[in-house]
Amino acid sequence: MTTTPVRPPVPGPLQETAPTFIGMPKFPKGAREALANTQQRRNLRHATHTIRGKRARVVAEVPHWEDLRLAGAAAKDEALHHLADYLVELEASLTANGATVHWARDAAEANAIVLEIVRAKEVDEVVKVKSMVTQEIELNEALEEAGVNAWETDLAELIVQLGHDRPSHILVPAIHRNRSEIREIFLREMAEVGRPAPDDLTDDPARLAEAARLHLREKFLRARVAVSGANFAIADTGTLVVVESEGNGRMCLTLPETLVSVVGIEKVLPTFEDLGPLLQLLPRSSTGERMNPYTTMWSGVHEGDGPQEVHVILLDNGRSHVLGDRLGRQALRCIRCSACLNVCPVYERTGGHAYGSVYPGPIGAVLNPQLRGTASEIDKSLPFASSLCGACFDACPVRINIPELLVELRAQVAEEGGRTAESAAMRATAWLFSDPRRLTAAQKAATLAGRVLGDRTIRSVPGLGAWTNARDIPTPPKESFRQWWARERGSGTERSPR
Amino acid sequence: MSTGTSRPALDAPVSQLRVALFATCFNDTMWPETPKATVRLLERLGVTVEFPTEQTCCGQMLTNTGYGRDALPLVRRFVDVFGEYDAVVAPSGSCVGSVREQHPGIAEHASDGALAGRVAEVAPKVYELSEFLVDVLGVVDVGAYFPHRVTYHPTCHSLRMLRVGDRPLRLLRAVRGIDLVELPEAQECCGFGGTFAVKNADVSIAMGSDKARHVVETGAEVLVAGDNSCLAHIGGILGRQRSGVRRMHLAEILASTEEDQS
Ligand code: SF4
Repeated sequence: MTTTPVRPPVPGPLQETAPTFIGMPKFPKGAREALANTQQRRNLRHATHTIRGKRARVVAEVPHWEDLRLAGAAAKDEALHHLADYLVELEASLTANGATVHWARDAAEANAIVLEIVRAKEVDEVVKVKSMVTQEIELNEALEEAGVNAWETDLAELIVQLGHDRPSHILVPAIHRNRSEIREIFLREMAEVGRPAPDDLTDDPARLAEAARLHLREKFLRARVAVSGANFAIADTGTLVVVESEGNGRMCLTLPETLVSVVGIEKVLPTFEDLGPLLQLLPRSSTGERMNPYTTMWSGVHEGDGPQEVHVILLDNGRSHVLGDRLGRQALRCIRCSACLNVCPVYERTGGHAYGSVYPGPIGAVLNPQLRGTASEIDKSLPFASSLCGACFDACPVRINIPELLVELRAQVAEEGGRTAESAAMRATAWLFSDPRRLTAAQKAATLAGRVLGDRTIRSVPGLGAWTNARDIPTPPKESFRQWWARERGSGTERSPR
Repeated sequence: MSTGTSRPALDAPVSQLRVALFATCFNDTMWPETPKATVRLLERLGVTVEFPTEQTCCGQMLTNTGYGRDALPLVRRFVDVFGEYDAVVAPSGSCVGSVREQHPGIAEHASDGALAGRVAEVAPKVYELSEFLVDVLGVVDVGAYFPHRVTYHPTCHSLRMLRVGDRPLRLLRAVRGIDLVELPEAQECCGFGGTFAVKNADVSIAMGSDKARHVVETGAEVLVAGDNSCLAHIGGILGRQRSGVRRMHLAEILASTEEDQS
């Protein structure tokens, strides 16, 4: 397809916060609670460091990794910069392949479409392939409310679902759980919803996986409708792609008669060739493998092979709003690999729940306020949930400059905040630095304090508790550098003696 | 963020370069020993250093807290004060990062084309100390003497924004008498992050405590880094723990000579 010039995108509406996350406290509060959970911290540290090491090894062995990143980013950018055209092309290709395409502006519309299809099939259960977007729209909850059971079939999603828990990681939703906790959950919960776990279950990973397999097998064989997302949607061939590790996805995508795929509009790729770089980038960044075990591609309906009824729901839910932001739209390149989570020193210590969304970690800290706006406590605080260390940008396979976006969003929060104590302090700082004479005067006060304090250590300062609770504060020097320079060298613009 | 291009080498002989010291407001006010050491070191290497007293601050804290607009006058001041020099040296990775990586964006945001042009001229001439020593002066052995056990923390902005790479380590390895020990998980952020240290104090302290633990594990007497802000944070934790580890800026170790130690 030939591309037309970039149309100025019309920003769409923001995403409504999903019911689960309404009223979430700001990040520092959630983080404090998470930090107190020492078991979870140990689990997270162990898991993130393991994946981090694997990723580093398989990335290092690719000589042209940087070129791959550029190619991946370019393919996504091409799609995003001409999104309307590629979506129309995708719809046409899918339809020609025998799939039915639906458009959903938001979560409510998408959930209603899924429910309608499920009702038409007269079933009361669906099997699910792990999918971020169906979590984003809280599809399981919507189905449950309508009396339809949605069975998660990915091992980690199963752990989360059985544990009545929330996912805390994009790739490894139960990363905050360890083996013995998983064993307990299986023993307690499996019997409630199907085949029970064996009484002699141990916390050996192979035994746990076996219990999950046996529990899920009857659901795979029984289910008539499956629900999935998609990692990529190819416009020119009308192909959807799911990348996974366990084979549960392959079961869901091939066994049931009806397949419903909910796909965010940013998942579109122009051509089949674009998969080349992206299928190299994704597994290495995500699980730290050269290639993932299962990649399933399907292009509509094939008689006598796989699902005979294929539905694709193309979902906006705030994405076109993000697309309207010239700098911010790069976040839509995200392929949900979770490399940024695994390298993030903040995420490693807080886990995912403090981020108040199904998208945690560095990408969550930008994407949630982008999609939902910065009106709520949690979304206002997310852009600040980072030390701007830059590890996420280095790890991101599609080169999303997360630190840059965080700073941009901070400016948005500051602007919307109007006049606050902080803005007054910042303005005062700017005023102080706008004239070296003011800085000199301020330094006189500081160095006076330094002379009074001498070599004493400052352990607490009223109003600075956030700093001094665990850190000493530096004692001001007796003389600033510019005072020293003036004394030693006279006027500063003169050249120093040789 | 930069993709890691090193600074262009300057043509003129070092003795003819007009070199300005950008002390940075934080060093100027709180850690004067660092810019003093920078001056001593550069003069020892034959560089004539000027300190334009009209300089103040790069505005990094404002920008990173969401007040980039208020930093605009500081960007103007920066190009006015430093525009005439061949090279500007600062003993701070994060302030150099702010000038090189953020000033262009601030000028662009303000739709000030003239300013953007001046920033594009001046920003590439701004060097972090280790870059200036290795890339411009072409020295690795600066003639320093420091007979102590030292461990080096690469700060995030020098590592991932400026990509100084192993320049500081090469400089340190050439110091006579030094016992340089590797810091475990060195590339992990210390948790300072400017206002992050206060806005997310709990996470910041959790990160800093892990960093401090690794420092203590090395048995080093001195923790060295290229940014006093990170050092103040890690040093503040080490101090509270009464660990006995001293914090020092890279410039101070590189400026040390036999006479200082006697
Ligand atoms: S932002 Fe980048 S690193 Fe993070 S999940 Fe998305 S693609 Fe992966």
